[in-house]
Amino acid sequence: MGLKKILDNLKPTFSEGGKLSAFGSLFDAAETFFFVPNETAKVRGAQIHDAIDSKRSIFFVVIALIPAILFGMYNIGYQHALVTGGCTPDACPCADLWGNFLYGLAVMLPKIVVSYAVGLGIEIAVAQWKKEEVHEGFFVTGILIPLIVPVNCPLWILALATAFAVIFAKEVFGGTGMNIFNPALVTRAFLFFAYPSMMSGDKVWVNGNYIDCINGAPAVDAVSCATPLGQLAAGEEVIATPMQTIIGTIPGSIGETSVIAILIGAVILIWANIASWKIMLSTFVGGALMAYFLRYDGAQNFEWWEQLTVGGFCFGAVFMATDPVTSPRTEGGKWIFGFLIGAMAIIIRVLNPGYPEGMMLAILLMNVFAPLFDYFFVQANINKRAKRAKK
Amino acid sequence: MANVIKITKGLNINLKGKAAAQVSAAPASQVYGLVPDAFWGMKPKVVVKEGDEVKAGDALFVNKQHPEVKFVSPVAGKVKLVERGDRRKVLSVQVEAAAQQAYVDFGKKDVKSLSGEQVKEALLESGLFGFFIQRPYAVVADPNDAPKGIFVSAIADMPLAADIDVVMKGNEADFQTGISALAKLAKVYVGVKPDSALANIQDAEVNVFKGKCPAGNVGVQINHINPVNKGEVVWTIGAEEVVFIGRLFNEGKVNLTRTIAVAGSEIKEPQYKQVLVGAKIGDIVAGNVKTDTKVRLIDGNPLTGMKTDENAFLLAHSTEVTAIPEGDEANELFGWIAPRFKNFSVSRSYFSWLLPKSREYVLDARVKGGHRHMIFSGEYDSVFPMDIYPEQLVKAIIAGDIDRMEALGIYEVAPEDFAVAEFVDSSKVELQRIVREGLDMLRKENE
Repeated sequence: MGLKKILDNLKPTFSEGGKLSAFGSLFDAAETFFFVPNETAKVRGAQIHDAIDSKRSIFFVVIALIPAILFGMYNIGYQHALVTGGCTPDACPCADLWGNFLYGLAVMLPKIVVSYAVGLGIEIAVAQWKKEEVHEGFFVTGILIPLIVPVNCPLWILALATAFAVIFAKEVFGGTGMNIFNPALVTRAFLFFAYPSMMSGDKVWVNGNYIDCINGAPAVDAVSCATPLGQLAAGEEVIATPMQTIIGTIPGSIGETSVIAILIGAVILIWANIASWKIMLSTFVGGALMAYFLRYDGAQNFEWWEQLTVGGFCFGAVFMATDPVTSPRTEGGKWIFGFLIGAMAIIIRVLNPGYPEGMMLAILLMNVFAPLFDYFFVQANINKRAKRAKK
Repeated sequence: MANVIKITKGLNINLKGKAAAQVSAAPASQVYGLVPDAFWGMKPKVVVKEGDEVKAGDALFVNKQHPEVKFVSPVAGKVKLVERGDRRKVLSVQVEAAAQQAYVDFGKKDVKSLSGEQVKEALLESGLFGFFIQRPYAVVADPNDAPKGIFVSAIADMPLAADIDVVMKGNEADFQTGISALAKLAKVYVGVKPDSALANIQDAEVNVFKGKCPAGNVGVQINHINPVNKGEVVWTIGAEEVVFIGRLFNEGKVNLTRTIAVAGSEIKEPQYKQVLVGAKIGDIVAGNVKTDTKVRLIDGNPLTGMKTDENAFLLAHSTEVTAIPEGDEANELFGWIAPRFKNFSVSRSYFSWLLPKSREYVLDARVKGGHRHMIFSGEYDSVFPMDIYPEQLVKAIIAGDIDRMEALGIYEVAPEDFAVAEFVDSSKVELQRIVREGLDMLRKENE
């Protein structure tokens, strides 16, 4: 096999003592990207292994994100057309599928590139320093980050936030599998607190100023559009219809708007048994119950269940809360974890006028509590054993 | 009517090359070897010299801490070699078989008339006591302990494992005698599969276990019947080893003839062979291993067994010899996305879940992924049918936290109980090695 030979020939150059040994972990990453490692089982221990590995599991999360990514790209262009083209949602030109999509692609691509370049750069450097393999966890984080930031977040801020998250939320804890907080959410939290003008949560900046070559729209400076949550927090009428919030043709962070696209991802994750359906379900149950108790008294044209379709609720429940590393390890803990995320997110939204969106903070808060939920279940097992011994 | 216990967690791995139910005698080996490492947790003291003549049943080495626990030669002949490794560790004691077999006469005995002490005496003298494994620690049993129970699993559900029905055929009377003898030492529990002929066994509590692998693991059965608490000891012994005990009392001699499965995708004609403990692996598989690929020979089954080779000797507890492709030249492209139809996985990112359960897989010895920290949760739990949190226990062992290991139930487990979890683990953690180290660490600490 040609490729294998090339890699084998290059290997000594990148190995310890070779000319390019400083890039050894990068070479390793490339090699395992192309080929399943040929390492065989040791003398003792299981001699056969399941074909699943963390690389495949993690890439399936990326696959599950594809619908949300594609729709997000389309929606960037669509929202742009709405504010620049002077058309209404009913008018035909705004449904220019390819034009909108290409516009969004052009906006989105630099963010994806920056996120991956910064994050993977740090991961590879750390792996090299620790003489470990590069862990693939960042492949998901790196695509999640562009999906949960505002559309025209400057690239340098994005790079800064990504670097902060990878170093302080992940590597200092020991890398993939050891972190306490979801690194993608830490990126968003960093932006939220360090650059509040970028993302207060009530308005998002619809991209308008720097790419207008695609559809020839007149250059306008960035325009801010209120999100449904922003309108709720301000006590205004929500303009978006339930249909729009479910399909996702509303302003918002790039990946979070379309309930349909996210649910397709959820189906893929549950089908492949990669994310916990228990966390997803209990998040929705917790959110629904809390939304029902705290529902608006009819002054606003907003049903309680619509809470679950707007903002980052769905995206958080499906892709963020289910991060296996930062969620509880016990099955019982997962139920509580999800339930409290859903409930907490709605509480923050409705009762705290300062923060129109509560999903990010709810998940980060529950990340802290995840070990506590595990503690209850593990401790129950320990107590049972101790009691049995006394008898 | 026996108690029926359903095991819901677990995984059956359907491998190609199951042994057909035909039994034949393997050619006699010229040299037999007894490997001390097969009796884990024991320091051997060799009691023979090279050139000594021994009969089948004469001690080759004893347990240094408990010299009354002997390990005896499976054949008569001349001690050929005491093979030693680093720091003079005894690797094997090899006996060149004589043309005429001679057995040490231990005398036929009627088990019913014996006391517990007499049974123990007979087992110690004949070297069969060494087949007991105790929990905690999963090591050779200590004859001074009074176990709260002796557990025998008559279920072999590991992939390619020898079918108990085939192994037991013709040995039923000896099995019964063996169980009756054990019953003099402690209460005996026998775990059987549904509709097993062994369900009518006397002098023991019989429990029927229904479920997937590792329901046949004696540790799983203990956990469901009468779990081990701190300070308690139980002994376990293999079903075929109970037959050895039965033969001792019925025939008056040590006859370590086993019926083992010779199985796996790289065996030309998978079948059962009658062999003596300590036979040369090469003689057992002679002419029966495929040669078109690089083959890994395993002493035991592919989940709990140990890599071996043709010059090695069959370990004392092994009930099968299996052969799978080594696979180190597979070079599979794009493993993270390719469909890989031939692979077996519990993950539905592969297609094995769509294919019928009867489909048999050829799995090679590759680890099939990079080693990671534990990332995905619940993987071990779904195939670990004990009332124990496996992941938390393994983490406590890695951290060396003795108190927590105890609290989480390390006294109840053996490495083999983690075999299926090690198979499904996407982070490729060497669970059985870690658990072994944890048990040894704890034992050292407590002694």
